[in-house]
Amino acid sequence: MNKIVSKEYFSENVVKFEVEAPLIAKSRKAGHFVIVKVGLKGERVPFTIADSDIKKGTITLVVQKIGLSSTKLCALEVGDFITDMVGPLGKATHIENFGTVVCACGGVGTAPMLPIAAALKAAGNKVITVLAARTKDLIILEEQMKEHCDEVIVMTDDGSYGNKGLVTNGVESVINREKVDLCVTIGPAIMMKFVSQLTKKYEVHTLASLNTIMVDGTGMCGACRVSVGGKTKFVCVDGPEFDAHQVDFDEMLMRLNGYKDIERDEMKKLEIINNK
Amino acid sequence: MNLTEERAKEWRAGLRNAMKAKERTAIPRVHMPELDPEYRSHTRTEEVNLGLTPEMAMQEAKRCLDCANPTCMEGCPVNIYIPKFIKNIERGEFLEAAKTLKDTSALPAVCGRVCPQEKQCEAQCIHLKMGKESVAIGHLERFAADYERESGKISVPEVATPNNIKIAVVGSGPAGLAFAGDMAKLGYEVVVYEALHEIGGVLKYGIPEFRLPNEIVDVEIQNLQMMGVHFITNCVVGKTISIKDLEDDGYKGIFVASGAGLPRFMNIKGENLVGIMSSNEYLTRVNLMDAANPVSDTPVYKGKKVAVIGGGNTAMDSVRTARRLGAERAMIVYRRSEEEMPARLEEVKHAKEEGIEFWTLHNPIEYIGNEQGRVTHMLLQVMALGEPDESGRRSPVEIPGKTEMLEVDEVIVSVGVSPNPIIPQSVKGLEVSKWGTVVVDLETMQSAVPVIFAGGDIVRGGATVILAMGDGRRAAKSMNEWIQSTESRV
Ligand SMILES: Cc1cc2nc3c(=O)[nH]c(=O)nc-3n(C[C@H](O)[C@H](O)[C@H](O)COP(=O)(O)OP(=O)(O)OC[C@H]3O[C@@H](n4cnc5c(N)ncnc54)[C@H](O)[C@@H]3O)c2cc1C
Ligand code: FES
Repeated sequence: MNKIVSKEYFSENVVKFEVEAPLIAKSRKAGHFVIVKVGLKGERVPFTIADSDIKKGTITLVVQKIGLSSTKLCALEVGDFITDMVGPLGKATHIENFGTVVCACGGVGTAPMLPIAAALKAAGNKVITVLAARTKDLIILEEQMKEHCDEVIVMTDDGSYGNKGLVTNGVESVINREKVDLCVTIGPAIMMKFVSQLTKKYEVHTLASLNTIMVDGTGMCGACRVSVGGKTKFVCVDGPEFDAHQVDFDEMLMRLNGYKDIERDEMKKLEIINNK
Repeated sequence: MNLTEERAKEWRAGLRNAMKAKERTAIPRVHMPELDPEYRSHTRTEEVNLGLTPEMAMQEAKRCLDCANPTCMEGCPVNIYIPKFIKNIERGEFLEAAKTLKDTSALPAVCGRVCPQEKQCEAQCIHLKMGKESVAIGHLERFAADYERESGKISVPEVATPNNIKIAVVGSGPAGLAFAGDMAKLGYEVVVYEALHEIGGVLKYGIPEFRLPNEIVDVEIQNLQMMGVHFITNCVVGKTISIKDLEDDGYKGIFVASGAGLPRFMNIKGENLVGIMSSNEYLTRVNLMDAANPVSDTPVYKGKKVAVIGGGNTAMDSVRTARRLGAERAMIVYRRSEEEMPARLEEVKHAKEEGIEFWTLHNPIEYIGNEQGRVTHMLLQVMALGEPDESGRRSPVEIPGKTEMLEVDEVIVSVGVSPNPIIPQSVKGLEVSKWGTVVVDLETMQSAVPVIFAGGDIVRGGATVILAMGDGRRAAKSMNEWIQSTESRV
């Protein structure tokens, strides 16, 4: 049981929590995640650890309401307890001074990118973040990103905010403008696939942080498996970050869609909860 | 314990003389009452075996000849004093019988349900040499343990005066639980760290309730708690805290019982298609996450044509679970023949009664999917039995060119597990075998790092509950001796 000590809305659907977890706060590094379970019959779902405060013994999670579990989590208030939380899991991001780094993120990937961008900046990199969304209202965490980055480029599909275009247009404009040493991408699998295709063309080394389905998060089940360079890897223990140019995104997309139908039914439960 | 003296005790001699050996061997072996196969293939949690009545147990106990040289005990990995507990049942002293079991076994109610008795104690029973069925030792073990639990007179073992020495256990499966119990009895302050949100290891997340009800494991855990054992869930040693943290925290001994939780796949074409998963994933969803229960948030796919690859207990548990979740065809696909199957005999029998199809001497070589990437077919290589391999089992060989296509919508891969790598990778100086198991002195269970002892599946690879439990007990004994000797030197 982990107590929520603060809750702040970044936007209607994005919530920042500080949660008591002294041991995790002490051992976590950028790129690590926790598995969280809300309620006795809750699902085990991964969330990236955005920050930690060893003195206070807390970790920070930035949660975007997407499915059943993230919505349940966002419904918790200060003083409430998260039923189960375990971590830090996964391999930490390899942070060093690479030079210039482009962080390409959108949708579900923006929150987990924040701590990575911050750590890269702290290591002396020039950090340029491309923040993408379909439309203006869906752009999140822009202010927080700006605090940690040299530049934030906003892209919207419909041009309602920032530049009109896709995340790849933003990344390409940077690559055409200056030498990029590394690209990090987190977001929907389809987005990462296109970023990866683009950077491959320009031969820019790219890391993708994969958000597969997970159950235990400790390497026990293989639900999170992906093909990387033709080999099966477990995202929760071998990742979550991999060389994007080696990842079989088509297979990953397929596997992510595997539970879509069931998930839709699950969301109906939420409606029931909300209507109560 | 002196076996000869024990056997000579008046009550035992009296029982032996009360009935002729011939009369005893003439009694037919008891049949375990079971749920109706049709009914039980639709109920997810009801236990299949209903347990013996006292009358049945006493009658079965009469079959035991109380041999002067009880070979059954040699077949038992932890040498339970089998004749003594059985004769206690025969004379109606059921609580005494349970006590005898507990002298050696930490988890008799569990072992009575999941041990491969037909390969252990029962395989050595004198009856077999006379062409009769062995005494139902497993059923009797379960009877005595259940009787004690249900009587409400469960004995919480006495705990020695606290010695204020802290001991850590990594993993709460049978190895960790058995170890914790013994160390608590010796007066140690025991803390068990568990990575998952539930205590019990495979007993909880792997073995389904229709074979081992959670309640039985929970009683054992409550007992340990009453003895002062402390459990910390959601803590991955090697991630949340390190072994070094534990040492710095003043733990004087660490027992690693982290199991063999890493599922193996076959690395064949199409294995990452949607609908193909490890038995660990499938069973974890259904058992640990209760995914088949409508109130659970965790989804599970309920296939109609389900193939399970493998012939072990895990495969049987998976296929029978699939049946219970509504599979019209639930199939075992196994590359050897039924005779080589490592699963318990009873599980194979139960599976067959529940309408499970057995595709023996077939091995998957490729999976085929539809546009959505969901598995629809599997290509099977037909096999034949060749020469015996190192394990003594006849190894399967391909019949060239002979294949078969099978329609499936869900495939569960159950071809074995490897040791959990988190601890082996995170501790310097630990000796690790090429299979990833932690190397220990099998007498003392001590590893190359003196403060670390290890046992169960992390040492043996996927093995059995009784071996894991035995390891835990042996490790407790020798860790105690090691600590006492190092303490006295200081
Ligand atoms: C489905 C299934 C059916 C089986 N059926 C039978 C049967 O009928 N009969 C039989 O004898 N055997 C059976 N077995 C095998 C038997 O369950 C195992 O041999 C036995 O459970 C091993 O015990 P253990 O204590 O070594 O490990 P486990 O029971 O695997 O327990 C290990 C525990 O350690 C935890 N852990 C791992 N790493 C860490 C870490 N770093 N920090 C903290 N905790 C950690 C795990 O989460 C787990 O809870 C079966 C196994 C399975 C999977
Ligand atoms: S989530 Fe189970 S192995 Fe990765």
